[in-house]
Amino acid sequence: MKRAFPILAVLTALLLAYAFYEAIWVAPMERTMGDVQRIFYYHVPSAWTAFLLFFVNLVASVVYLIRKSAKADAIALVSAEVGVVFCTVVLVTGPIWARPVWGIWWTWDLRLTLTLVLWLIYVSYLVLRRFSDSSQTPKLAAVLAIFGALDVPLVYFSIWFFRTQHPQPVIGGGGSIDPRMLHVLLINWLAFSCFALLVCWWRYRLEMLQREADELESLESLRGVVQ
Amino acid sequence: MSSLRSITLATLTKDIRLEWRSRDAINSMLFFSLLVVVIFSFSFDPNAEESREIAGGLIWVAFLFAAVVALNQTWARELRNQVLDAYRVSPAPANSLFIAKALGNFILVTVLEAVMAPLFMIFYNLRALGPAWQLIPVAILGTWALVVNGTFFAAMSVRTRSREIMLPLLLFPISIPAVQSMVEATRIILSGDGSARFWIVLLLTYDVVFTTACLALFETILQAE
Repeated sequence: MKRAFPILAVLTALLLAYAFYEAIWVAPMERTMGDVQRIFYYHVPSAWTAFLLFFVNLVASVVYLIRKSAKADAIALVSAEVGVVFCTVVLVTGPIWARPVWGIWWTWDLRLTLTLVLWLIYVSYLVLRRFSDSSQTPKLAAVLAIFGALDVPLVYFSIWFFRTQHPQPVIGGGGSIDPRMLHVLLINWLAFSCFALLVCWWRYRLEMLQREADELESLESLRGVVQ
Repeated sequence: MSSLRSITLATLTKDIRLEWRSRDAINSMLFFSLLVVVIFSFSFDPNAEESREIAGGLIWVAFLFAAVVALNQTWARELRNQVLDAYRVSPAPANSLFIAKALGNFILVTVLEAVMAPLFMIFYNLRALGPAWQLIPVAILGTWALVVNGTFFAAMSVRTRSREIMLPLLLFPISIPAVQSMVEATRIILSGDGSARFWIVLLLTYDVVFTTACLALFETILQAE
């Protein structure tokens, strides 16, 4: 496993470089939006990756509540952290694109609001993890993750009532996309997913080492008490 | 079933008696929401037409903030003298404790609303143009939506550092759809444009979903060590 890490790192670096080249030079220029549209190759893959990570967080949380495994808890923590980072990228790149194209930075549209609420829920999840004492954190956090997941469809319906301004989803939606653009988009998504996996892996190892160190430290201090 | 009911009732009467004798929470909630009404009134100075548009938002935000006061002391009160630990070791079902606490908060917030709503009407010169009776289901469902999750998250935040600030941080993001439904329903009823049915149904769904989730997961939270 340890040898696989540098391989994945090199692979990710190559993929990211290739995806960047494809997005900036190879992908055709959008007719009405011009070069601004290229931010799409970063915005959409980040969004997919963030949602994927939030889903992983939910699954890991449920597994934790059933099995009480420390590994599942660490995976939940790591996926939430990295997911929040990717979600932040989505929320930052969106307005940068929207300002020249829509003429506004932000609108209370379905997908925008849903992404923002998700971001808020997961930030509150991370705050809870930071502020509660170590022994009960996993349980409280796992429960909060489930509540957050239950909230998502309700948020969806509450905003669905309003007009939707966001472009239709390019896959599984009504929108159409040039196949060359789709190709670049998918390469970028692959690169971003690899990058997310890499960061999660690294963070997971760090978290497990941290826990091991904490455990040793408390054992050490206990030994001191006994003597 | 009967033991569930009697334990719930006993806890509920105990909490209400405590509140009745001290009046800590209700007084600070009333004064707090009065301050919100006055400050909002100064800062917006709306005419009757604008009032109908914004009153729903103001009134529910005031109640949401005020409710946090009551919710925060729900479990904090039980920390003194290790009452919470006593609950944990007692054979009483965890859910009856939860229902009692949620009902207690519900009563507290309802009293607050009953006192503050007429004041709102006076300060903002409100008169509903739509069917005013619909405000009652909106108020009941909305209050329960705030209180059921609030009671649950208060039980979580009571185990964290700086717990007073932790509760709104957990509660507000999850409450966004409920707050939006309450505000929209109130706005529609007050201004009389369209039907508030969709929002009332959404609020009801929110209540059912989260009441179920709270009852299913409360034992986990209470026993978390």
